[in-house]
Amino acid sequence: MKNVRYVMVILFTLSLAACGGGAAVKSEAPADEQGAAGVETGAAGGAGAEGEALGGGTQVAMAAPRPEKMRVLFEFDSSAIDSESRAIIEAHAAYLVANPNVMVTLQGHADERGTREYNLALGERRGVSVERMLRVLGVSSERLTTISYGEENPMALGHNETAWRLNRRVELAY
Amino acid sequence: MPKQLLYVLSFLTIGLHSVASQAVLTIEITQSAEVGIPVAIVPFGLEGEGRPLQNVSEIVAADLARSGRFSVIPKQDYLSTPHTNNDVVFKDWRLLKAEALVIGNQREVSPGKFEVTFRLYDVFRENQLAGFRYTVNVGSLRRVAHQISDIVYEKLTGEPGAFNTRIAYVTREDTASGLIFRLQVADSDGHNPITVLKSRQPILSPSWSRGGKRLAYVSFESGRSKIYIQNVADQKRQLVADFDGINGAPAWSPNGRRLAMTLSKDGNAEIYVLDLDTRRLQRLTKNHVIDTEAAWSPDGRAIVFTSDRAGRPQVYRMKANGSNVERLTFEGRSNARPSYSPDGQMITMVTEIKGRYHIAVLQLKGKQFQVLSDTPLDESPSFAPNGRMILYATAVGGKGVLASVSSDGRVRQTYRLEDGDVREPAWSPYNRKLELKE
Repeated sequence: MKNVRYVMVILFTLSLAACGGGAAVKSEAPADEQGAAGVETGAAGGAGAEGEALGGGTQVAMAAPRPEKMRVLFEFDSSAIDSESRAIIEAHAAYLVANPNVMVTLQGHADERGTREYNLALGERRGVSVERMLRVLGVSSERLTTISYGEENPMALGHNETAWRLNRRVELAY
Repeated sequence: MPKQLLYVLSFLTIGLHSVASQAVLTIEITQSAEVGIPVAIVPFGLEGEGRPLQNVSEIVAADLARSGRFSVIPKQDYLSTPHTNNDVVFKDWRLLKAEALVIGNQREVSPGKFEVTFRLYDVFRENQLAGFRYTVNVGSLRRVAHQISDIVYEKLTGEPGAFNTRIAYVTREDTASGLIFRLQVADSDGHNPITVLKSRQPILSPSWSRGGKRLAYVSFESGRSKIYIQNVADQKRQLVADFDGINGAPAWSPNGRRLAMTLSKDGNAEIYVLDLDTRRLQRLTKNHVIDTEAAWSPDGRAIVFTSDRAGRPQVYRMKANGSNVERLTFEGRSNARPSYSPDGQMITMVTEIKGRYHIAVLQLKGKQFQVLSDTPLDESPSFAPNGRMILYATAVGGKGVLASVSSDGRVRQTYRLEDGDVREPAWSPYNRKLELKE
């Protein structure tokens, strides 16, 4: 899995480099679409390493690059958005405003502590909290869907704060 | 032709797979009452031709031993093996210090049909406490055994037994082809498991209808939470809640006509009641916090639920129409997932103490609060229909198992699967008893 992820990241970097090179002479829209496809693949390969910026993103499009970070994290039993998450959501909002055909699913999750049904509601509240901020930033509500998975789809399987922190999340899928 | 073969092969694979994963839950006593009632259970006499039979007496002995309230005297110590009233020599049993004696007989009266008789004696008073005869099909022999266990349990402890009941639970198996979730129903001793639903997506919150005929549950099979109702016997099911947002925490009203549930279609998690006849949906809570995990009182007049309206999740009670909300829990950092005891006197719930989640019981009169478990991630407690045991989910060595604890905390058991995790247990209400004579 780790190897696959490396290959993905390398392919992703190459594809971004290729797109970046091409984008300079082509119109913006197709370049964006190719960039988006690249990220999709990366995400599917489990780009769990918080998708650190690879340096390619800024080359793709000038006005609104496709954000690298597809996930925001939360404190225990909280749906409050901290400054780090705010920056990530703002980047997504900018991209989504520039790309009005993109539909987004906000997948809300909770860690394993607390009861399952409460966590289903908590995951929903986290998703809605991100959804609300995207709306305030100009993304129309018809483009946004929130789905809560509660604690049922953990990203990390441990029973400690390291795992719990990664599992208290909203993933932006598009 | 190769295509057909492939089809057959994949069918076989699935078939084998489901057999292997329908493994029986293994139940183990982890803590017994200090002094169990010493009881002797003589292997029942077997009459009739044919295949080796399940001896009903072995199931009764296992039931009583597992309850933690009896000490079953090993059969190799028995001085005699009576099957009829005339053969009983009470002195033989006094010597073994047995307080109670169970004898019986099972006879094949026609192919596949059995007559089972049993008698329970008080060894010291030398009198019969119970004696019954059942005539059943071979498939009901285990049920007869559990019903005999219930009678013995009630005669000797003064409380009704809950052996002739079932449990529902969800298993999660990590296979080479991915995760598989199953909603299962089994006898209270883990035997006769059947799969109610198999899915690649999570299943949670099974809730029994009155009489144990139907289950309501939440399934993610479509990609998000939806509530279904399913008959246990013929597996027929219907989708009852598919609103925008979450559809969760189904709970049958005691009369079986209404289903409480949590929906977020109006903005955030609120409790609603769906009338299953008219399909009318009534909203019970209205605020900007999480309200969920509704459970009805046995008389159907009140609903307890979880709400974080005070900051952290706590347990509240309201009338079944949503009025008169009052907070019930003040102990621990948070409390959630409440449900009533069958007599309506107690509520079991998950309590959070210093970041650990335990099973607790609150007495509604006097508000006495007792923590019954000490493992860190306990959840989903429900009472047995006799009110004596609470079944819940916990983890042992990182593996999901079920556990039960007597409501006084003295007897404990674990229920585990060899492969995979087991979680989300729900103990059925009493179902219809088999007819008995004498």
